[in-house]
Amino acid sequence: MPAPLIGASVGRKEGQEKTRGAACYVDDMTLPGMLHGVTVRSRVPRGRIRGIRYEGDIPWNEFTIVTARDIPGKNVVTLLTEDQPFLADQFVNHPEEAIVLLAHTDRFLLEEARRHVAFDIDPLPPVFSIEDSLARKAVVWGEDNVMKSFLVEKGKVDDVWARADLVFEGEYETGAQEQLYIEPQGMIAQASPADGVTVWGSLQCPYYVHKALMPLFGLPPDRVRVVQMTTGGGFGGKEEYPSMIGGHAALLSWKAGGRPVKIIYDRAEDMVATTKRHPSRTRHKTALSRDGRLLGMEIDFVVDAGAYVTLSPVVLSRGTIHAAGPYRCDHVRIRSRAVATNAPPHGAFRGFGAPQSIFALERHLDRAARALGLSPEELRRRNLLRQGETTATQQEVLEKINLPSLLDLALEKSEWRRRKEEFAAHNRSGADAVKKGLGLAVFFHGSGFTGSGESYLASVVGAEAGRGGRVTVLAASTEIGQGTNTIFSQIVADALAIPYDWVEVAQPDTSRVPNSGPTVASRTAMIVGKLVETAALGLRDKLRAGGFLGVTYDDRAWAEACDRYLDLHGTLQAQAKYELPPHVKWDDKTYTGAAYGAFGWAVYVAAVSVDTVTYETRVDDFVAVQDIGRVLHPVFAAGQVEGGVAQAIGFALYENVILANGRMVNGKMTNYVMPTSVDLPPIRVFFQEVPYEYGPAGAKGVGELPMDGPAPAILNAIEDALGVSVRKIPALPEVVMEAAGCL
Amino acid sequence: MPVARAAKIEVSFTLNGAPVTVRALPMARLLDVLREDLRLTGTKEGCGEGECGACSVFLNGRLVTSCLVPIMQAEGARVETIEGVADQPDVVPIREAFVACNGSQCGICTPGMILATTALLRARPNPAETEVREALAGNLCRCTGYVKIFEAVARAAEARRGAAGGVR
Repeated sequence: MPAPLIGASVGRKEGQEKTRGAACYVDDMTLPGMLHGVTVRSRVPRGRIRGIRYEGDIPWNEFTIVTARDIPGKNVVTLLTEDQPFLADQFVNHPEEAIVLLAHTDRFLLEEARRHVAFDIDPLPPVFSIEDSLARKAVVWGEDNVMKSFLVEKGKVDDVWARADLVFEGEYETGAQEQLYIEPQGMIAQASPADGVTVWGSLQCPYYVHKALMPLFGLPPDRVRVVQMTTGGGFGGKEEYPSMIGGHAALLSWKAGGRPVKIIYDRAEDMVATTKRHPSRTRHKTALSRDGRLLGMEIDFVVDAGAYVTLSPVVLSRGTIHAAGPYRCDHVRIRSRAVATNAPPHGAFRGFGAPQSIFALERHLDRAARALGLSPEELRRRNLLRQGETTATQQEVLEKINLPSLLDLALEKSEWRRRKEEFAAHNRSGADAVKKGLGLAVFFHGSGFTGSGESYLASVVGAEAGRGGRVTVLAASTEIGQGTNTIFSQIVADALAIPYDWVEVAQPDTSRVPNSGPTVASRTAMIVGKLVETAALGLRDKLRAGGFLGVTYDDRAWAEACDRYLDLHGTLQAQAKYELPPHVKWDDKTYTGAAYGAFGWAVYVAAVSVDTVTYETRVDDFVAVQDIGRVLHPVFAAGQVEGGVAQAIGFALYENVILANGRMVNGKMTNYVMPTSVDLPPIRVFFQEVPYEYGPAGAKGVGELPMDGPAPAILNAIEDALGVSVRKIPALPEVVMEAAGCL
Repeated sequence: MPVARAAKIEVSFTLNGAPVTVRALPMARLLDVLREDLRLTGTKEGCGEGECGACSVFLNGRLVTSCLVPIMQAEGARVETIEGVADQPDVVPIREAFVACNGSQCGICTPGMILATTALLRARPNPAETEVREALAGNLCRCTGYVKIFEAVARAAEARRGAAGGVR
């Protein structure tokens, strides 16, 4: 047997192309006769469209112009709720809503033309905040602005208030956040009645785009083809918005008689028009005993969904399910709502609602500990979930978790006790305007789609053997930097005991690969990875069943077996289809049961300095301890954690989306500030590996977990440093200063 | 007057060691000329305003963001892109280190990062971590949190020193 590849840090499959600049991203692709396309947007947050004017000294007859009237099929971006059009027809509901599309060969002239399309829009009253939407200052969606609500009930929370030693309340807010993948969004389309629709693009979920394009053109599945190009980061931002851009490019191509059309957003357009993380507001009311036991929790969680539903119900769902954290509490009520505003729809972003609700919980528990006179670690330790206990949705934890040991490891690695004393002494001395603090967060993140979601998806993965024993993985799961191609290859190589270099992962192309589901929800390693393993083993089983392969074999025997099978049968393929593990039982009506097959579990510690002159916060050290099951690729897994922590430090301290009348007014990298190489602390990553039975080789998901904990850990550290309670993020200097009463 | 109607000019420069002449608008961005006229797409556009460094190239040996360089400024200059430097003997270990350390995830910042690292290590073969951080501060990466990039730079520096025969 060759040395196992799982657990080894093998080289990235596409590492050579990426470091040579040879990897082909969508904007690197050119087709003969290609036009460029642009989008003309409303600018009015809400109103009725009366007319479109094409003005100025522009040769309009040279342009391909598309409006809602040109749509051959259904003018709706198919996702969950059919409320969002590809192009606004009578009404606009946010200021970045697309109304007109233009295409031309000359990009400069196209920009000129875009500036000379004018709209006559009668404004209607908009709403821009969660408060105004809840108060129905204007009803802008449905009957009451509420797009989705959930209620989770466990025990009888109303009965606990009277017997609590402390009832502690608090309100917390998080801002919008831009994914800020470094490659802006873009698509190329070629579409005509004769040839159907093909799009190539930067995207996470080929079959989402596929599903959205079919009704737009009224075409059957085999006449729509979606191909993923090398994708320069996604973080959720390329989960559903690519359907919009793909539709726009395809509509232009269709109107232009099948000439290919490329739409690439520049950074400013990408930042203002595409989805961002949902802003949130969370209220907590918590009943505690004097000795720090959680007796009851009542949580009210609200997110700003923007103008259309898009993925908000599922973002809300995940935020709701994670809102009570990995704690034992018999009486819990969580109410949650996603409300409409006249901003561009907020959407998927790593963590998907959980970073928002976990921020609130972990800040709240820290403050509750302070109110009880307990240390933050001790309050948590007394309430940590144990195997066999239940979460807020009454999911019995079957995993062999050991949260106290994660906590211990985090405290040890961060030198918690020593530093606490050192920082307290430093702060007391008053010698320095810079105060130091230490904060932690304990949290979890469910891997895969929620509840029965994975069984609805019913993902399929294929594997194909070729000459010389080569194996190709056929899946729609995309490589977006996180390492899909590499870990799938590791899994196959180990499952079949063949060399890593013999495995390749097919480019996601809906005409070739089956639907393995979207590349989201920390599901690629755990859910799809397991299917990859099963499909690969299916190849081996077929060879054995046909007598081509013995029980034991080496590389050469494998290669010869494949060749002989192919000589006889022509092709060798196997498929695997997802089946829900027996323990995952979920009731959508009562919102109870096993929300996820497994969770990642983590304890993070941040050490910060806060300058009491400028009120700037700097993270000096960061310790991230987690259980993500078996670690498939230690370097990649650490890379996921480091990148997630960095993004979450931005979420906590720097990244401020300023919305004015529904428009982002700081849509540039110069005034929307993400962490650079000089802004980040050492990020020290530790894993405790507890294998999960239904994951490939015992693996669970890792992608989103690291986004959840840093913000509360950092804000808890700020409170430790200053003794002031900051309850909203980003904790910009002025926010901290205001909380400190200095503004 | 719209840019589109300005007259194109002829600009000659050395690109990756070979002479080239292009016809372009005088204020056309070097980035666009490289990517569209010369089809060298290894240089990426991330922001178009000099913040992200994805479009980094060498102009007369200096690291610049090509989105901020008007093509007329390239007249007579030496321009080098990732395609030109990737196989240079002192750049190969940098690329190898980025692969080995997972300093490249989605890869869109990688050509710029490789060039920024090359510029750093040519000037400072044995940089301290603070120097690495400062040298890469103009190249944004959203995937890695930079940790693996710092490791890659350290590993590349070591490999390059080794390749130089241990003279330093």
